[in-house]
Amino acid sequence: MSVKPIGVKKVRQQPSQNEQLLFEISSPGKIGYQLPALDVPAVDPKSVLGAANARESIEDFPEVSEVDAIRHFTRLSTWNYAIDLGLYPLGSCTMKYNPRVNEAAARIDGLAWAHPYQPDALSQGAMEVVAELERCLLAITGMDAVTLQPAAGAHGEFTGILLIRAYLESLGNPRKKILIPDSAHGTNPGSAHMAGYTVENIASNARGMLDTDMLARAVTGDVAALMVTNPNTLGVFEHQIAEVAAILHDKGALLYMDGANMNALVGVSRPGDFGVDVMHLNLHKTFSTPHGGGGPGGGPVAVKTILEPFLPMPRLKRVGGQLAWNYDLPQSIGRVRAYYGNFGVLVRALAYIMAHGGNGLKRATLDAVLNANYIRKLIEPYYEIDYNEPSMHECVFGDSQQRKFGVDTSAIAKRLIDYGFHPYTVSFPLIVHGALMIEPTETESKRELDLFADALISIAQEIEEDPEFVRQAPHSTRTSRVDEVTAARKPIVRWRR
Amino acid sequence: MLATIGVASLEDLVAHLPASVRYTGRLPISDGKSEYEILDHFRKLGKLNAGLQASFLGAGVYRHYRPVVVDTIVSRGEFLTSYTPYQAEISQGTLTAIFEFQTMICQLTGMDVANASMYDASTAVPEAAMMAARATGRPGVVVARNVHPEYREVLRTYARFQGMPVEEFGFHAAEGRADLEELARKITKETAAVIVQSPNFFGIIEDIKQTAALAHEKGALLIVVFAEAVALGLVEPPRDADIVAGELQSFAIPPSYGGPFAGVIACKEKFIRQIPGRLAGETKDKDGRRAFCLTLATREQHIRREKATSNICTNQALVALMATVFMSVYGKQGLRELATQNLSKAHYLSAKLKNRFSGPFFNEFVADAGARDVADINRALERKEIIGGLPLGGFYPELKSAVLLCCTEMTRREDMDRVAEAFA
Amino acid sequence: MYPENYRYTKEHEWVHVEAGAATIGITDHAQKELSDIVYVELPKLGAVVEQGKPFAVVESVKAASDIFAPVSGEVVAVNDALTNAPETLNADPHSAGWIAKIRLSAPEEIDRLLSPSDYQTYLGAE
Repeated sequence: MSVKPIGVKKVRQQPSQNEQLLFEISSPGKIGYQLPALDVPAVDPKSVLGAANARESIEDFPEVSEVDAIRHFTRLSTWNYAIDLGLYPLGSCTMKYNPRVNEAAARIDGLAWAHPYQPDALSQGAMEVVAELERCLLAITGMDAVTLQPAAGAHGEFTGILLIRAYLESLGNPRKKILIPDSAHGTNPGSAHMAGYTVENIASNARGMLDTDMLARAVTGDVAALMVTNPNTLGVFEHQIAEVAAILHDKGALLYMDGANMNALVGVSRPGDFGVDVMHLNLHKTFSTPHGGGGPGGGPVAVKTILEPFLPMPRLKRVGGQLAWNYDLPQSIGRVRAYYGNFGVLVRALAYIMAHGGNGLKRATLDAVLNANYIRKLIEPYYEIDYNEPSMHECVFGDSQQRKFGVDTSAIAKRLIDYGFHPYTVSFPLIVHGALMIEPTETESKRELDLFADALISIAQEIEEDPEFVRQAPHSTRTSRVDEVTAARKPIVRWRR
Repeated sequence: MLATIGVASLEDLVAHLPASVRYTGRLPISDGKSEYEILDHFRKLGKLNAGLQASFLGAGVYRHYRPVVVDTIVSRGEFLTSYTPYQAEISQGTLTAIFEFQTMICQLTGMDVANASMYDASTAVPEAAMMAARATGRPGVVVARNVHPEYREVLRTYARFQGMPVEEFGFHAAEGRADLEELARKITKETAAVIVQSPNFFGIIEDIKQTAALAHEKGALLIVVFAEAVALGLVEPPRDADIVAGELQSFAIPPSYGGPFAGVIACKEKFIRQIPGRLAGETKDKDGRRAFCLTLATREQHIRREKATSNICTNQALVALMATVFMSVYGKQGLRELATQNLSKAHYLSAKLKNRFSGPFFNEFVADAGARDVADINRALERKEIIGGLPLGGFYPELKSAVLLCCTEMTRREDMDRVAEAFA
Repeated sequence: MYPENYRYTKEHEWVHVEAGAATIGITDHAQKELSDIVYVELPKLGAVVEQGKPFAVVESVKAASDIFAPVSGEVVAVNDALTNAPETLNADPHSAGWIAKIRLSAPEEIDRLLSPSDYQTYLGAE
């Protein structure tokens, strides 16, 4: 459990509380709940449900007190890294600080306890949240219409591709293929496939960008759309994006934009102005709603007018002064989710937008670009940068210098943990061999960025002096390197007595 | 920092963008607000909503008491502000909690495997259908009309371009249960799965054993959907199902105008490689200590891309954690007592009203308003600060005079008496 | 290392023909590239496979790789032991780690496969 002292500025120590599983600390008869006395006669489950439908007991379900539960989950929480503990530089994930006022707003009784089937007249406050967020997102993206129904980015992609399909079908031919650059997120091909399209990969050019000549050859009458991430997953703005859009539009194909990297564009460039026909946003990235260990998110989809008739139902409309849900949408692709989307996430995103205002949002973008370029400058002498293009909100290095010593990006990532940081995104995008994908976001201070850069520089030196030590990292965590091979060979996915 | 980078101003950092794509306008969003102003704004919006009156709405979203400890735990920054636990060494908290979640879902549903969450039940249903299609090599599904109408709408949207025929079958007019005779006629060699919900949209418990037998006899799988998870505290779990797709909103997740909720898919062991979404698995670390990590990731989009079991990436982790804490504090005894209170209250009210269906129900039932206009009844209740039940005519034209009423542990006897008066 | 009586493909499969049936597996080079193999998706008995088309999948923790049929024909046996012991593919790829046996429908395809020396030359050049 030692950390080698060579140049290490240990930012923070991982705590190491011990704790068993709930089922192991459980003991018969313990309870952690209170219910009011029943104010109606109790019924016998067997007699009203029928003996065959009544359950005897929930075997092995936990039995703990409230204190047991609080301590259990609090102890578990100490085994996690989090933004609240420090820089979380996962590229493409936009792990920015999650303002707590957003949490307070989402918990306001009138919003948190609103039932989706309350009559519209009794839901005007919730509907105003939706209307206001729609207005802000249209202003930010420069698009014409938006749905807030999709629950996450991948769900938004699926919705967007369905919209493209419905539109093309209305013209007589849905076409067969979606083009996807080799630098794309895995969700892109996954979503295209779920919408009934085959996927064709497009190689990036020597600059890591879309190649317009190659694209022009690939866009045949079978191509429905190109899915592009801009800035792309190298953190580089696709300079020829307007030409790319023109190539597609010439052949009757559409341009889809994955908005995962929108944190580089808000207030600086609007997808609606550079030819994008449909795009999704990730509220849990750009708009600061917390990742919560994997979710929930929000994946609004914004479109140009040509796609608007196909948006999921229902859509909000204003009749007189009142808002109402409109189901009379004959060309709609239908629902992609029950009710109106992850409403609580929408509240948080709107609170974030209100806190920043138009100018503040732009300033956040510029600060995000500033922080990424600052880190890039500090560590450039020590790590290889394969594609030497201007960085936007993230920068991507390769591990070729370090591989000479037998240390790859995943070992460097694990060693970063010893320095008190969460690793960057490892081995993605695939077009960079052994990628280190770093996105600091705008909410990090110079002090935190300096510590992070120092850590990466120190690791580069360690690799030259003692590569084996780095390969064995992490050395200071409660849990050492986890055996993922055994987990996959003999999956144990639940506790059993 | 600017000097280190070698630029003179922040604007210079984006000067390389082509002028034609630069936005030089001012975003039409008013200037930044203080915390106080923001909360004040949302409080005002909250007041425009119905507020905290009594409500008899259920229909997939239930008003259950949320123990205070739930928000205490999910507000801890270590859970709230962490990412998906790909780096197992510094994510054991989230991973352990997911493993416990998976285990409790298995215990509740009688399944062997449960995933780490889906967006909600409405999207879990089509994902389960796709899973069944992969497992059986058959294309279609047959779904009962008393499955939540919005889940069925989402199923149709997903199925539309995947070559998945979606056939519906009706419900028994007197009992409100799925019409198994019609089902028997509709299962074919092309049927990958039969989909029923229990308790169904009308609150009625389905005959899972018999439905399973019908499906299995013809080589189809059975998918059982649940929307009211509290029922599992008292109702026999769907042990004969192959796949279970459910909604955990009832487990301390606020109604929040329809989301975020947490869906889940659980299944029998043999379908583990077909399940969508994340799975946490038990293993050991280098020093031999118990540890957890995400596993069987080759099913997922970041590895298998278009051949993945689903495109899902972000799920509902924090919301699933709410459910996990809820299940822990209620536990074996509490969930049963909670369910009994729900059952008792719903039966108290139903005894005072004319019931449309005769099947056994949990905490929701369909009342028949007879010649009365259901909208009139609800307007009268609104004047007494009560939100009435859901009129069913919109979803089921044949049930124009019917109202779906839900009672939970939060429903007071005097409000139930007022509802009974309004129907009288 | 690479048995003399086997034939090989550029996709790193091996073929061993005996009495009209071909035993198929992945090469030692392939198993090293894939690292720890955690799962093998075997073809179905009786499936008809076509040369060059995917017919099985080998998975490591972070990759799923298609295995291409080196010859055309019908699958007449699969190595079920791999389901519970995928690590056999790492330990003994050329023998106990065989994946399937195929009854050849186009025996002339064998002639288009690589000899052990050609395969090793190919590995050296790759």
